[in-house]
Amino acid sequence: MGEGCVQEEVILKGEQLTLSFGGITVLFYVSFNVKKGEIFSIIGPNGAGKTSLYNIINGFYKPQKGKLIFKGQEITHLRPDRIARLGIARSFQNIELFKHMTVLENLMLGSHIHIRYGLLKSLLYFGPCLKEEVHHRKRVENVLDFLEITHIRTKPVGTLPYGLQKRVEMARALCLDPEVLLLDEPMAGMNLEETEDMARFIIDVNREWAKTVLLIEHDMGVVMDLSDRIMVLDFGEKIAEGTPDEIQRNAVVAKAYLGEPGGAVLEK
Amino acid sequence: MSADTFPKLLIEQAGKYGSGKVALREKDLGIWQSVTWAEYFKKVKYFSLGMISLGFEPGDKISIIGDNKPEWIIAELAAQSAGGFGAGIYQDSILKEVAYIINHSETKFVIAEDQEQVDKILDMQEELPGVKKIIYYDPKGMGTYRSDLLAHFPDVIGLGREYEKSHPGEFEKNVENTKSSDVAWICTTSGTTGFPKLAMLTHQNLISMATNLGRVDPKFDSDEFVSFLPLPWVGEQMMAVASGLLFGLTINFPESVESAQADLREIGPHILFSPPRVWENICASVQVKVMDASFLKRAVFNACVPIGRKWSEYKFEKKTPPFYFTLLYTLAYLAVFKPLKERLGFTNIRSATTGGAALGPDTFKFFHALGISLKQIYGQTEISGISCVHKNGDINPDTMGEPIPETEVKISETGEILSKSPAVFPGYYKQPEETAKTVINGWLHSGDAGYLTPEGHIVVIDRIKDVMSLIDGVKFSPQFIENKLKFSPYIKEAVTVGHNRDFIIAMICIDFGIVGNWAERNKINFTTYTDLSSKEEITDLIQKEVHKVNKGLPENAKVRRFVLLYKELDPDDDELTRTRKVRRHFVEEKYGEIIEGMYGGRDSIGIEAIIKFQDGKTSTIKTVMTVRNV
Repeated sequence: MGEGCVQEEVILKGEQLTLSFGGITVLFYVSFNVKKGEIFSIIGPNGAGKTSLYNIINGFYKPQKGKLIFKGQEITHLRPDRIARLGIARSFQNIELFKHMTVLENLMLGSHIHIRYGLLKSLLYFGPCLKEEVHHRKRVENVLDFLEITHIRTKPVGTLPYGLQKRVEMARALCLDPEVLLLDEPMAGMNLEETEDMARFIIDVNREWAKTVLLIEHDMGVVMDLSDRIMVLDFGEKIAEGTPDEIQRNAVVAKAYLGEPGGAVLEK
Repeated sequence: MSADTFPKLLIEQAGKYGSGKVALREKDLGIWQSVTWAEYFKKVKYFSLGMISLGFEPGDKISIIGDNKPEWIIAELAAQSAGGFGAGIYQDSILKEVAYIINHSETKFVIAEDQEQVDKILDMQEELPGVKKIIYYDPKGMGTYRSDLLAHFPDVIGLGREYEKSHPGEFEKNVENTKSSDVAWICTTSGTTGFPKLAMLTHQNLISMATNLGRVDPKFDSDEFVSFLPLPWVGEQMMAVASGLLFGLTINFPESVESAQADLREIGPHILFSPPRVWENICASVQVKVMDASFLKRAVFNACVPIGRKWSEYKFEKKTPPFYFTLLYTLAYLAVFKPLKERLGFTNIRSATTGGAALGPDTFKFFHALGISLKQIYGQTEISGISCVHKNGDINPDTMGEPIPETEVKISETGEILSKSPAVFPGYYKQPEETAKTVINGWLHSGDAGYLTPEGHIVVIDRIKDVMSLIDGVKFSPQFIENKLKFSPYIKEAVTVGHNRDFIIAMICIDFGIVGNWAERNKINFTTYTDLSSKEEITDLIQKEVHKVNKGLPENAKVRRFVLLYKELDPDDDELTRTRKVRRHFVEEKYGEIIEGMYGGRDSIGIEAIIKFQDGKTSTIKTVMTVRNV
């Protein structure tokens, strides 16, 4: 999938990333290249280090070794908010929204990094501040419309069903208007219909809005259908990388999943 | 009014109101975007010319499939202006039906809302050889589509602007050529076989209907109307298109189907016309909210509703209530009804009507209790949607009102309701045999059994073929009993059987949302609809409801046994029509085994059934239904 929108330019590059907590090595010399405009999936058994890798990419963890390069600039040691400002946004596996605030409030807050006015200026509501607010609201509304959640605009997030909360979580990341979107198990806990909707949104974000997407997901059908390329991690090591076809035929990957060759798990 | 076709009316209204008045309003990105009459006219004009430049010729047809949006109506008027017409397709139609309508109507251009609808048409391309263009108006997800068939709505308008430069005055000439006897639009009606029938309606049909309805139920150009019911339905065409153009109403389009209720509240419409299902849903949702409310609120509500009912009965009987009662009602109104109306967005409503099927009298009275003067409309698609309506101040919950001006209604020797008016349609498209069966000597045969009261009101008993008699000769109307059952918020659908039988039985579909809510509050676990409907507690709950209904029924017409069906009735399974009326004979045949089991005295019926999903997949369901005696 994703024909025609993948470019040769590497947008995000990991070089020999190594992360350990005390004596436990979580990631071991992991290198990868994400090309601009592609859907790049990271799969692997539980505890393989997928979410840790995300945490490195958006600056929560600092790797002991290795470099992370975004559009030619090293970002390994930047603060998370700086990284977000540069254009890498993330949605979380466990929903991290303000439950008592409405969808709209959550999203407006999500795009606060784009707000230029300071505290003093904001005391004077009219003028530039108002103009900026309107501008942000428009961006938020576009995201609401795009993800088809306009009908819940003013509902408190906590009252929404799980599937919709996941969608709001993704919307919040999109409101940052990032170049690279990190999605952490966007389909977890969803029924078939919700999964298909979400898959369609991911494809649309990738193609229509030209966002590069990194995807962690356990639903192999989804991963195989959506991804341009897949990287497989196992106990912190990269054991394979390639197109969905290549990964499905890879004996090492099958072994990591099943403990033995012959990978029925990876069939769609 | 001199204009005798919709395009001429549009020009006239655009000339009268120009850019000083809003014609259409659509909620987009959270903001109500207005289209003035002048802009409306321009969009229709250029879209029409754009279609012509793409090869649309007089007599060509379009099909429209999509949510209610301004583009829907603009495309409809544009086709008419270009000397063509078309049909609307319900979005939830199965593909076979979509293909049938497009092919049977010889559609050349399909106007499809978005990716979902476009995909449907593109997937069936080979079966639809006549389709030359697919014009979409929501570009989301369409960026990577490469097909010569596709065109984007605004681009077609752009083509129209270009076309005008080389063909000045062509649009005006085209409109001048439209005649009142031309077919304006096709409304699909549910046929007895699987496929819908395509009823042609002329400009004259629709305009005379709107004019005559307006005489008894006046509309003004300051009125707001919210278009949220499917536009392929004749009722929505009556209001959003015909009355909208004739009276210069402002038509509002909600942001999405899900937000329609909230958007309606923001607009606060003056006119509301809905089928019974919508009124029943509103009524049920109010009852559920009350159940969830605090003790005090519930007590106040329950104290006030009987006062409201009594008040409405005074009105129906045209009596003046005593002074103390007026005072009592005013208190109840201020305490409950006024805030409730505000909550529902009904504060401004002047004209509230229901039509398309019979509305249960209990629901009807409930709205009158609120102070909303709900009126019945009676009519068929074939008579442009209406022949009778209640007149203001002469409302009787048991009747369908009186014929509108220029309309005659009589009862045939067989007890069938016949009607005649300038709004009677010229026929079904390419189905002269069907037409000949429906219109005989200018009289439209409704297929409804009914009678006229001494006051000249029409009373509809039921469909002729549905009126049943028990073995001892007692006649009963299944619909009457079913409507009583459906007044219970827990019951979504009911089918009663009893023709030539000893007693009456009912197959009941629970309302999944409301019963599910009730189950949660009572700590009953459930997974699916099938699971929930097979719970003993739920059967107990419904048994109480049936018992309540039986109290209000004559001895012979009481429901003796019932089951809770393991699935909801669905138009996709041909059990309901697209306007959600029960196809009784089909249902009786399909569930024959269950019915026989119930009459056979069995206490439980095992069932193994195949369920069909919208994408064509099937799965098997195995369950046991308990039969209850009441």
